[in-house]
Amino acid sequence: MTSPLLAVAAATIHTPHIDYLSILPVLIMMGGAVLLVVVSSLVRKVLGISISTLVASATSVAALVAAVVQWYHVSAHGPSVTIAGAVAFDGFAVFVQIAVSMAMLLTALVADGYLRREGADGPELHVLALLSASGAMLMGEANDLIVVFLGLEILSIALYVLAASNHKRAESGEAALKYLILGGFSSAIFVYGIALVYGATGSTNLPEIADYLARNFVASNGVLLAGLALLLVGFGFKVAAVPFHMWSPDVYQGSPSPITGFMAAVAKVGAFAALLRVFMSSFGTLRTDWQPAIWGLAVLSLVVGAVLALSQTDVKRMMAYSSINHAGFILLGVQAATVQGVSASLYYVFTYLFAVVGTFAVITVVARDGDTGHQLADYRGLARRQPVLALAFVVLLLAQLGAPFTTGFLAKFEVVAAAADAHSYALAAVAMASAAIAAFFYLRLAVAMFSPPGPVGDVALAGASPSGQSAADGAATGAGVALAFAAAGDPFAEPASLAVLTEEAPEPDVATRRVAVPPLTAAAIALCVAFTIVFGIVPAPIVDFAHQATLLLH
Amino acid sequence: MTIAGEWYLALAAVLFLIGAFGLLVRRNVLVMFMCIELMLNAANLTFVTFARMLNDIGGQVLVFFVLVVAAAEVVVGLGIVVSTFRRRKGATADDLHLMKG
Repeated sequence: MTSPLLAVAAATIHTPHIDYLSILPVLIMMGGAVLLVVVSSLVRKVLGISISTLVASATSVAALVAAVVQWYHVSAHGPSVTIAGAVAFDGFAVFVQIAVSMAMLLTALVADGYLRREGADGPELHVLALLSASGAMLMGEANDLIVVFLGLEILSIALYVLAASNHKRAESGEAALKYLILGGFSSAIFVYGIALVYGATGSTNLPEIADYLARNFVASNGVLLAGLALLLVGFGFKVAAVPFHMWSPDVYQGSPSPITGFMAAVAKVGAFAALLRVFMSSFGTLRTDWQPAIWGLAVLSLVVGAVLALSQTDVKRMMAYSSINHAGFILLGVQAATVQGVSASLYYVFTYLFAVVGTFAVITVVARDGDTGHQLADYRGLARRQPVLALAFVVLLLAQLGAPFTTGFLAKFEVVAAAADAHSYALAAVAMASAAIAAFFYLRLAVAMFSPPGPVGDVALAGASPSGQSAADGAATGAGVALAFAAAGDPFAEPASLAVLTEEAPEPDVATRRVAVPPLTAAAIALCVAFTIVFGIVPAPIVDFAHQATLLLH
Repeated sequence: MTIAGEWYLALAAVLFLIGAFGLLVRRNVLVMFMCIELMLNAANLTFVTFARMLNDIGGQVLVFFVLVVAAAEVVVGLGIVVSTFRRRKGATADDLHLMKG
């Protein structure tokens, strides 16, 4: 007879099988970040920016390569789950890994020039961005609500610090604090939602929740529905859907510009990936309960995002509202709750990533020292000073607007088509109307760049760089400001004011006001523009990619 | 003495609401932080209660995840609070008004 103690000693503990390929990109990202921190603390000098950029870019490329390997593996062997069902290894997850590693690569390139210009040193920005990216990747492959939460927090906590990373600007710290408080609030709501769903279904594992809901009729379960609603609020905060958007304009405006682009791209990719997976795979049977809520979020985001962006004069703030508007479009695909809808959302998020990172790369460059020149007036005359930069910016803005021959067109078309196919005709109509409204503020920015550097531009520049303003044209300045305010109040009035300003001669010191475009930033912008145009004209590869990713959803 | 699980759930819900309400009405950033902690701990209490009601150890394990995340959030949060309010008196959210629109 064996004693109980002996039996215990003999018992083996079965650890879950870990398919390391499935988490390889996440491990690479975290490994790169840790490597950078360790190396920077071991070397005696402060680690140079070139080295941290090199490590961060190499890490992103390695993660990208690993994700491509994953893609072929999943295509050949089909989707699977690993680590005791906590992580899904499917086309959808791999799609997110690829998207996030690309965003990280572009951000690393843009941040290099930014850090040099701002006189910052040390690898902190790259380290935190890598960690944040690993969180977004984890959200994409999370197959358990608690893993979604972990990914969300890894993404967010690093982003809070990134938002605060520019010590010289008071706005940076303020943005971080606002993001932190509201982010923490949304995380707490999200966790409570997980707790309620756990109580109602007995599990936090997504397929197990789906199983439970398929076996039991729980349509009137208050705890479950409350949990679902709280989860949706948590996701709503992260993707900045109205009415949970109030943090985003301040945070976008205050954060360092390259980080704003990163935040817009990566947080949206991660949060939408998790939102799609949780709501489609776990709560698919309850879609009649959550579809109306998503409908409301989508309509509000579309309308509020587009309308409030019209009155903004700070370009980063304008882009924040534009990003809210984009969240509304992506929600269209979620609301459809079909394969077509999911694939349209994925395609949208993937193409938006390039447009937004590229846009903020241009904004970073135009901002000059101190990351301050973000007023619309600072963009006046950009086309004359730097035609190539202005043209690149116009292409990226057109992509966000949804103009044909850019990726944005098909992105908007696909989500609207998905909504129409799901019989949400009203939603599709609102989306198209909001795209038309949004066209005004994108074009307003484009028109500002192609207008000559009139007195209006000088007023703003006088604040940023005192040398740019001669006191002689005081009277003209007054008239120009009045015109600018008229234009700001009513976007339709813009062309009229331009007609007046076109007559004026360019300033003599135009050449000195050129902004420096660091080569790596230029490369990142060129990549974004090339992606936008090439896949705008030949969209099939990316559309197929998004569709395959959806079909391979576990 | 036995207490029905529902009471714990109700207590957790009340704590959560106090936290949420406090976050919305209080103006001191540190107090707002405490409110977030209160909300997270309300979620923890809910996890443990459900875990006992369902006889499932999984729910109790989740509490550790939440605790770790909450600790990380506080570390980062206090750092940001200190760096932002170093040059100001007090830690009032109303002072954060550089950006509007």
